[in-house]
Parts: sequence; C-alpha cells; structure tokens
Amino acid sequence: MAEPALQRRPRKPLDWSTAFLAVVVFGAAIVVYFRDGQARFLEILGSDVELFLDILPKVLAACLIATFVTVLMPREVVVRWVGAESGFLGLIVATLAGIIVPGGPITVFPIAAAFVAVGAHIGPTIAFVTSWTLLGYGRALVWELPFFGPEFVIWRSIVALPLPVIAGLLAGLLAGLIRPRDGAGA
Amino acid sequence: MILLVDGLLWSIAIALAVVAGMRSHTLLRSSAYEGVVDFFKLLPRIMLGVIGSGFIAALLPHDVVGRWLGADSGAIGMAIAMVGGALTPGGPVIGFSIGSAALKGGAGTPQVIAYITAWALFAVQRVFIWELGVMPQRLVALRILASLPIPILAALGAMLLGKP
Repeated sequence: MAEPALQRRPRKPLDWSTAFLAVVVFGAAIVVYFRDGQARFLEILGSDVELFLDILPKVLAACLIATFVTVLMPREVVVRWVGAESGFLGLIVATLAGIIVPGGPITVFPIAAAFVAVGAHIGPTIAFVTSWTLLGYGRALVWELPFFGPEFVIWRSIVALPLPVIAGLLAGLLAGLIRPRDGAGA
Repeated sequence: MILLVDGLLWSIAIALAVVAGMRSHTLLRSSAYEGVVDFFKLLPRIMLGVIGSGFIAALLPHDVVGRWLGADSGAIGMAIAMVGGALTPGGPVIGFSIGSAALKGGAGTPQVIAYITAWALFAVQRVFIWELGVMPQRLVALRILASLPIPILAALGAMLLGKP
C-alpha cells in the first residue's frame, strides 16, 4: 500500500441500530400479515425484493467508488477545494458536487465519509450531503417527478437551492462549538 | 432513467479502477477487494431497510396524514409535517407517495414541502441504515443539528415564492 494516511471506520455487519431496525421490520411484517392477509403480505414482499435486487449493483458500484476515491484522490486537491480554508467557495463547490453525483444514499454517504478521510472540512461535507438530499437530480428525476410533475419539482428545487450552503455554514459553526470526543475524527 | 444512474455509477467505478490499475496492480487489487468486503458488510442492513420499508409504509394511515397537513394548518401543520417527515421510513418512494397523496387530499403546499424536506433530511430509518453505517457518528450528529431549521426555511421559501 503506497498511501497509508487513510482512516476508515471499521464497519460491523450487525450492530444495535440494525438490530433495532430488524425488530421494527419484523413487527410491521407480522402486523401486515395478520391485518391484511397473506396475499397482501406476499405482494409487498415481492415488490420490495424486486427493489432490493435492483439496488444491489448500485451498492457494489458505490462501495468500489468510495474505496477508489479514498486511495486515489490527491489530498491537496480535496484540501484546496473543500478543506478547512476553502470558506464560502468550498460550500458552493460541495453543493454543486451534491447535485451532480449519481445514485442514492448508498453512493453519497460512503463518498462523503471518504472525502472527510482525505481532508475535506465539515462544512462542505455537510453541504454536499444536504445538496444531494434536496437537489440530487437522480432522485428528483426517477422518484419525485412521477409523483409531483415537473412544475412542482422545479419550483421545490429553486426553493431548496440556497439551503445546502446554509446547512454547511451552520455545521461549520456547530463543529467549532462541539468538540470531538477523544480523537473521534471528522 | 434508472439504467442511466446504473450506467453512470459503473462508468465512474470503472474509470477509477483503470486509474488505480495504471498506478499499480496491487493498489487496484487491494482497493477492489476492500470495496467488495464493504459491500458484503452492508448487505444485511440494506436487505432489512429495503425489504422492510414496504411493510412499515403499509401501516401508515395515509388519510390522517392528509388531514393534519391541511392548507390552513399553518405553523402547527408545518411542525407536524416536520416530525411526520422524520418518522416516515426512508427508501425512495414512501415520502413522495405520501406527500403527493397529502397534496391531493387538500394539504397545503408549504406543509408538503416541509414534509418532503424533513423526510429527505431526517428519515430515521435512512439515518440508521445508511448514515450511521458509513459515516463517523460526529459527522452524522452535526449534519442533523445543522439541518434542523432547513424544512422550515424551505416551507417559508415556498410561501415567499408563491405557488408554481
């Protein structure tokens, strides 16, 4: 390994949050089964399994992108564009990046974590995640458009345009107020 | 459209792999291996999240949502919209489908904007599955704190701009 400096959080396949979710999901599934009958239960299960299989290749691609980005991205470039000194411009750059990046939470959170690992500052990182959340084109085109129609989507996006920058500014301020616990990083 | 997202993701992944491979074969092999290992570690969470969201959505009372977010529900409606959005399970469809159903059922546009925005930012299940699994805890906490005023700002912006 040529470049050591990486710090990736060890990822456990099962932990308390997953266990909590499992309890909620199994509870909901049991209630649906007894309230709505077996046919409805199988219908929901079928469409969800389909969605799951559809998501798998995206997850794999995102995991690979995240590891490659961590290894390849030159630290100086990240620090210059979205590092601690990048200021307001860094927030704008991060917001644009959030609009462009494809995929869902599967893509965005690993990439955000990777950027932090190679030196991105907290403000731009939060602006990036928020921008993807509110403005990401993939989500708007694939999911929001069919439900709401183009006028509503465009209108909502215009309203949301300044919000990632605001979230980034706030996060930067909060990061100064709330110190990290014993070297937790970020 | 979904194919486009897949294609774009894989093009990026392959382009990065080529760059890594040009630098050194060991680098390509070790980081590809690490990526695949990450993928398998994420699988149980994803399976629960995606397969579970349908069951959770089936239990949500859609008509009640529409009534509480009415156009004349004002600031209280927005507050309810925010909390409701955060409690709506993640996944790509649920928030949008409830939001559009509420809009059709007489909910106000600013309230629906607050609801969708809060759902997009805070959906509890997404925070648990995706964020906490992948990002440092401190980063997640800071993101959530910094995002607290965002749904209200979005709703206010929507009121300011007027209906589309």
